[in-house]
Amino acid sequence: MSSNALLAELEKDREERRARSVKVVVWDLDHTIWDGVLLEDEAVALIPGVVDVIQELDRRGILQSISSKNDHATAMAKLAAFGIAEYFLYPQINWGSKAASVKAIATAINVGIDSIAFIDDQSFEREEVAYSHPDVLCVDATEFDAILERNEFIPRFVTDESKSRRLMYLSDIQRNEVEEKFEGPKEDFLATLGLQLTLGKATENDLQRAEELTKRTHQLNTTGRTYSYDELKAIMESPDHELLIAGLEDRFGTYGKIGLCLLERAPKYWTVKLLLMSCRVMSRGVGTIIINYLVTEANKAGVRLRAEFIRTDRNRMMYITYRFSHFQDLGEFDGVSLLENECSVVSDYPAYASVHIVNGMGCRQEAFA
Amino acid sequence: MSEYKQIIRQFFSRFFRTDELGDADDVFAGGYVNSLFAIQLIAWLEKEFKIAIEDDDLQLANFSTIDAIAQMLGRKQGVVVAA
Repeated sequence: MSSNALLAELEKDREERRARSVKVVVWDLDHTIWDGVLLEDEAVALIPGVVDVIQELDRRGILQSISSKNDHATAMAKLAAFGIAEYFLYPQINWGSKAASVKAIATAINVGIDSIAFIDDQSFEREEVAYSHPDVLCVDATEFDAILERNEFIPRFVTDESKSRRLMYLSDIQRNEVEEKFEGPKEDFLATLGLQLTLGKATENDLQRAEELTKRTHQLNTTGRTYSYDELKAIMESPDHELLIAGLEDRFGTYGKIGLCLLERAPKYWTVKLLLMSCRVMSRGVGTIIINYLVTEANKAGVRLRAEFIRTDRNRMMYITYRFSHFQDLGEFDGVSLLENECSVVSDYPAYASVHIVNGMGCRQEAFA
Repeated sequence: MSEYKQIIRQFFSRFFRTDELGDADDVFAGGYVNSLFAIQLIAWLEKEFKIAIEDDDLQLANFSTIDAIAQMLGRKQGVVVAA
């Protein structure tokens, strides 16, 4: 193999490793976070260095949970006494199988099982998890402090969203609890949230998050095309394109920047090349609001709105969202479906959300300099 | 076929108030449209009525009123539904 080919291979390997990024680390407790068996020795001590690793993962926006065979109340009390209980989402502390716990965590957080890493000191637990879920990255607890150096645990960017990701999930848990107890139609529940959507042109500060959104979002994604920081910067600066970004908050807190739209402008048509939303906002109507905004602007400009759609095994929801927003399917060309909205019908924004257009498409950039 | 309309109305009532919604009223006019609701509606119709909803069926006109949905279901199941 020539050295160039070898370099290309290495680069490809690196890309693949980078692509396989860990979103959630699941920790065992006994002999992994602390140095003994809690039910045999109440005075267990933290493994030296473990809290540093937990805090650094948290800073990088990697979520964490627990899978431990232990008494739930006793173990949670111990974690609280160590001051680290709040780092763990959906802790699974019970006597069931760890494969089931890992699956439960993936489902609760809504991430693919292949983005989970599992740390345990017992080889049979790692083997059991690996057997049921071959895509889970299993790590021996003795190697816990080395994970920070591993590529899978190094996100390309640490954005504002990464740093507050855990808090956003925590407020999601609160919201979901309130929603489950809420009696009455979903729309009435949404009205209690005080949803505020902010939509406008992306700025340079948004580009890292924008790249991250194109890479992390699969279900609510109309084309699945990914874009690098530099590509997004070029699009943002291009006179024929718009890059719009949406943020959402409600009375429980912020959801962060959760939506992205890439629009190409031609004299008669504007074409949505990409529309995506974080799956955390699946029931908030964000897609419909962004589409309403585009239709409104296209209507003002006297153009039609087109949208490209590339089918994947997970994104039918976005196809239906377009079709339910007055888009007709013009047919498929080279694997890309083209949809079109005449923009004669302009719908109102839903009553349960207030929409703020900041630095919108009609705005001249200078006004905001 | 009025039982169809009753079942559909019941499904909608989980999402928004249906007290004042007539069978011929636009379901989406109230502004309750989101991706989760859209896919839940399709999935529910497919399961409840044992039909497949194809891309060609996804015209808003087939879903915008309780009457329209009942008629589409009737067509899919080979039954004529009175408006």
